[in-house]
Amino acid sequence: MKKSCISRTQGTYRAALAPYSVWSLLFVIVPLVFVAYYAFTDNSFSFTTENITRFFTATSNMIQDDGTTTEVRTYLLIFGRSLKLAVISTLACLVLGYPIAYIMARAKEKTQKTMVTLIMIPMWMNFLIRTYAWMTILQDTGIINGILTKVGLNPIHVIGSETAVIIGMVYDYFPYMVLPIYSILAKLDVKLLEAARDLGCGTVSVLRRVVFPLSMPGVVSGITMVLIPSISTFYISQKLGNGKFFLIGDAIEGQYVANNLHFAAAIAFILMLILLVGMAIVKYVAAKYVYGGE
Amino acid sequence: MKLSAKIYSAIIFGFLFAPIVVLLIFSFNESKSLSVFSGFSWKWYEELLRDRNTLESVKNTLVLAASATVISTVMGTLAAVGINKLRSKWYRAAMNTVTDIPMTNPDIITGISLMLMFVFVGRLFGASTSLNFFTMLIAHVAFCTPYVILQVLPKLQQMDKALPEAAMDLGCTPMRAFLKVELPEIMPGIITGAIMAFTLSLDDFVISYFTSGNGFETLPIRIYGMTKKTVTPKMYALATIIFFVTMALLLISNFIDNEDRKRLSEVRKKNKKS
Repeated sequence: MKKSCISRTQGTYRAALAPYSVWSLLFVIVPLVFVAYYAFTDNSFSFTTENITRFFTATSNMIQDDGTTTEVRTYLLIFGRSLKLAVISTLACLVLGYPIAYIMARAKEKTQKTMVTLIMIPMWMNFLIRTYAWMTILQDTGIINGILTKVGLNPIHVIGSETAVIIGMVYDYFPYMVLPIYSILAKLDVKLLEAARDLGCGTVSVLRRVVFPLSMPGVVSGITMVLIPSISTFYISQKLGNGKFFLIGDAIEGQYVANNLHFAAAIAFILMLILLVGMAIVKYVAAKYVYGGE
Repeated sequence: MKLSAKIYSAIIFGFLFAPIVVLLIFSFNESKSLSVFSGFSWKWYEELLRDRNTLESVKNTLVLAASATVISTVMGTLAAVGINKLRSKWYRAAMNTVTDIPMTNPDIITGISLMLMFVFVGRLFGASTSLNFFTMLIAHVAFCTPYVILQVLPKLQQMDKALPEAAMDLGCTPMRAFLKVELPEIMPGIITGAIMAFTLSLDDFVISYFTSGNGFETLPIRIYGMTKKTVTPKMYALATIIFFVTMALLLISNFIDNEDRKRLSEVRKKNKKS
């Protein structure tokens, strides 16, 4: 009697989960299979590896600063550039964000709450508009140059440079770095810091040998949450880079607009694989660092 | 707080708020310039209210977000209840993985993957364009549901497991026990999950961009189209309005969360005393 009762409730719970199971199979797993399927087929859906080889071998002529042209591997160049800008932006977020996360975690509880809200407010503004606002601030006739000329300094030219793209990425994804680090640091046991100090650690070595290793899980999720969107963005580069810095996201979007769905899928497929491997490496290195390789 | 910490915080928050302040100020600018403020006016707000297409896209966005929220909240809550009680380790691990996928995958890949499937299936049925309101709705439910699950699941885990069992011992059917005992307990999680789903759906651009079609335009897609050309402060007026609406929604969700925490800590205190 009892047994049948329990199995009946288990059945109810399984039934509750059923719609989501079917849903995620149909609209999460199957679509990813379609990416692979499109990546390895041509327009008539017969098998080909051409899309993948095109990513690695397609070339184009790039005009250098001195006016000469050189032949480059188009998509490898774009991917390299995406990776470079994303890594720089992620590091900038980490370097700028870690101190603020630490300050927040050490503040009074009321101040902490206010600061968390303040960090989150920019995320409530639509991503496109946030980016566009930076464009009006940074452009040649923008506010920064307005102030600079009023003070009597030379105007600067930022829009259309890699710096502008990086500023946009750092701005858009900054909260994703700060919040995970903060949530780990806020839970940190203060006694550990006191113990380290009692045992003769200076402020710097407490930070380096106790606080930072313990905050590693937050740092890892911060890095993931900034690196992934910034490597795959396609709006920031179009607006702040003036379309001069094609990134991997721009390449996917461009192929989609041109209706080259199979090649778009191939680029997305390669991006997905690289991110999977990259994230596995980040997690592995972090685990080794935190637990000393045990 | 030390002085250096204060200065550093001021710089960081200055950086974070600069574009927002610029936006708010220039939405009231009399002239079209986005860099010189020539005088206060409501002109752009008035012009915004006359812009039929933008208002239509606001309506579309709200309809889409509301539908996606209802579906993902119901499905996500049921899923969380189911996952919480799963005994098969394998099934649980599989559910955790598929819940993680839409949150860790870049938006562009989520968008592309759904689009490819929709286009393929549409072609099977001989449709020339297969992207419409429903494909967008599916996409939005797909990326919102994991967030609902992640809000509800912890509440279920925090709940005293003896409560629904006691209800069933006292004669409740499992369904009744769920409705009368479990549901009120996890309600705050459901509400925060729903609000999160709603704001995520309102704000989404990338996934919508790949899965929209057939004249159904949401606000972020319209903004994308507008920023391709030169933008007037009308868009800033719009951004200001959205900003305050989202802020109000999130403050409400914060408030609910705080009240819930207060209630929980009071219950704990009482339990300790007895």
